[in-house]
Amino acid sequence: MNWQVMFPLVIFVISIFVVGFWSSRYLKNSTNFLQEYFLGSRELGGFILAMTMVATYGSASSFIGGPGTAYTQGLGWVLLAMAQVATGYFTLLILGKKFAIYARKYKAITLIDFLRSRYNNNKSVSILAAFSIIIFIFSAMAAQWVGGARLIESITGLSYTSALFIFAICVIIYVIIGGFRAVAVTDTIQGIVMLVGTFIILIGTIIAGGGISNIMAELVSENPNLVTPFGHDGGLTPAYVSSFWILVGVGVVALPQVTVRAMSYKSSKAMHRALVTGTIVVGFIMLGMHLIGVFARPILPGIEVGDTVMPMITMEVLPPWLAGVVLAAPLAAIMSTVDSLLLLVSSAVVKDVYLNFIKPEATNKQIKQVSFSVTTVLGILVFAIALSPPDLLIWLNLFAFGGLQSAFIWPVIMGLYWQRGNEHGALASMIVGASSYIIIHNFAPNMMGVHSVVFPILFSLIAFVLVSFLTKNSSFSSTNKLHA
Amino acid sequence: MKHSQIDQNDPRFKIANKEALIGVALVVINFIWWYGFAYGLGSVPPEEYTYVFGLPAWFFYSCVVGTLLMIVLVIIVVKGFLTEVSFEEEEENR
Repeated sequence: MNWQVMFPLVIFVISIFVVGFWSSRYLKNSTNFLQEYFLGSRELGGFILAMTMVATYGSASSFIGGPGTAYTQGLGWVLLAMAQVATGYFTLLILGKKFAIYARKYKAITLIDFLRSRYNNNKSVSILAAFSIIIFIFSAMAAQWVGGARLIESITGLSYTSALFIFAICVIIYVIIGGFRAVAVTDTIQGIVMLVGTFIILIGTIIAGGGISNIMAELVSENPNLVTPFGHDGGLTPAYVSSFWILVGVGVVALPQVTVRAMSYKSSKAMHRALVTGTIVVGFIMLGMHLIGVFARPILPGIEVGDTVMPMITMEVLPPWLAGVVLAAPLAAIMSTVDSLLLLVSSAVVKDVYLNFIKPEATNKQIKQVSFSVTTVLGILVFAIALSPPDLLIWLNLFAFGGLQSAFIWPVIMGLYWQRGNEHGALASMIVGASSYIIIHNFAPNMMGVHSVVFPILFSLIAFVLVSFLTKNSSFSSTNKLHA
Repeated sequence: MKHSQIDQNDPRFKIANKEALIGVALVVINFIWWYGFAYGLGSVPPEEYTYVFGLPAWFFYSCVVGTLLMIVLVIIVVKGFLTEVSFEEEEENR
């Protein structure tokens, strides 16, 4: 084991625990347990809001998978990844103040609370929403745990099981003791680590490669396609690359782990500040991380497994102690994603299943106990599944984000901006969106040269509008007209 | 509060609607810039590429300058076009 690499990592993990304990003070003093535990009492400031958004979204895919694919595909994949810059400003501007105001008026703590209140307390809407969140987010989370454990395994040389065990203990403990506030604050630390880490590795890689011009020249002499927008074999068409603007750009607005953050901030000032910070941070991290993948190619040719590019290039270009510091970055990215997801699934179970259907009259103390035990049980369950991930998990994770987007995008957006939209339209939109995504993803992937998520989003829009027009409008009542 | 009890004429919603449209405008500008430079300059054979700061010109303008442009635009929007509103609930007398 390399202690020079390990030492900074251990410090990083300890500092995260400190944050967890610090946040648990707020939990003890809070009068509204649910609102504090799952939403940090809607007190997030601008900087923390921006960082927790970026960190939650910038998961293992952008730190491990993304640079690995960029290594294979060249600059075309960096171009594709830059669609994510849109998430920095689009999400907060679209959900924006209206979502924040609605959420406060509805007293909503989860996305499902919002949907339920907006769509006339319709039971089917909330059951369907809770079901898709629990299934999809749970699988996405389990897959991230596997990634986290593999990373620890490759850095420390521990066995996969012990690595997974360490990872699980860290995540479960600080999510349980600290709740949303701990998650948001550790996200901020992790975001800063990612930002600094990206910067250092990028500089190190450019120096090791003998400057950008030199790196480009070597890429051209190996395969000129690597410096075109079309990928190493010319397979990245403009239509395909552009369609990622939906999957990793504007569609992100509908992901439950993102919407919950859009109801957690303190004031419109915090939102304004987060817009600027978020755009800068996400722009820099995405550009830097993916460029590192491309630049690594001439320095370390012939890497077979894309996922190992990032750790290998870091160990190659940086002295060991610095490598330890920046390797905390991908670990931070994974941890900050899974902690949010764990809390989200737990909130769906506690708030949307337990409180709604099992025990609506539960006391604050009971809710507290149930929340802690649900989070613990979920954590242990994910750990057990990640020990030997079943094929079903991989399959579910593959379309988790696309599936959630197809299901939720229109019920959320139209719910905010189209008063005529009603619960029948929302239900139709969710069913059509999710099922057409599953069908297209499995039987006609990347239909007509665009990512599988594009058509389901179109279909679910049509379903929402048509069904809303065809059915009675119950959400727009006469009281409103009187007030006009 | 039920959805039907929310006053849709709340002046804050007018502000929110305008800001959502600004978000859409920003993403359209971002996409056109990104697409235009990437495929406008990048579609010629790689031997004919020009380079800026060592990077192919299409990539430099589309991804590097494009990101900087969006950061500047977001700052302009936040400073000049967004309105601060209060999220506190005044007691409504219905």
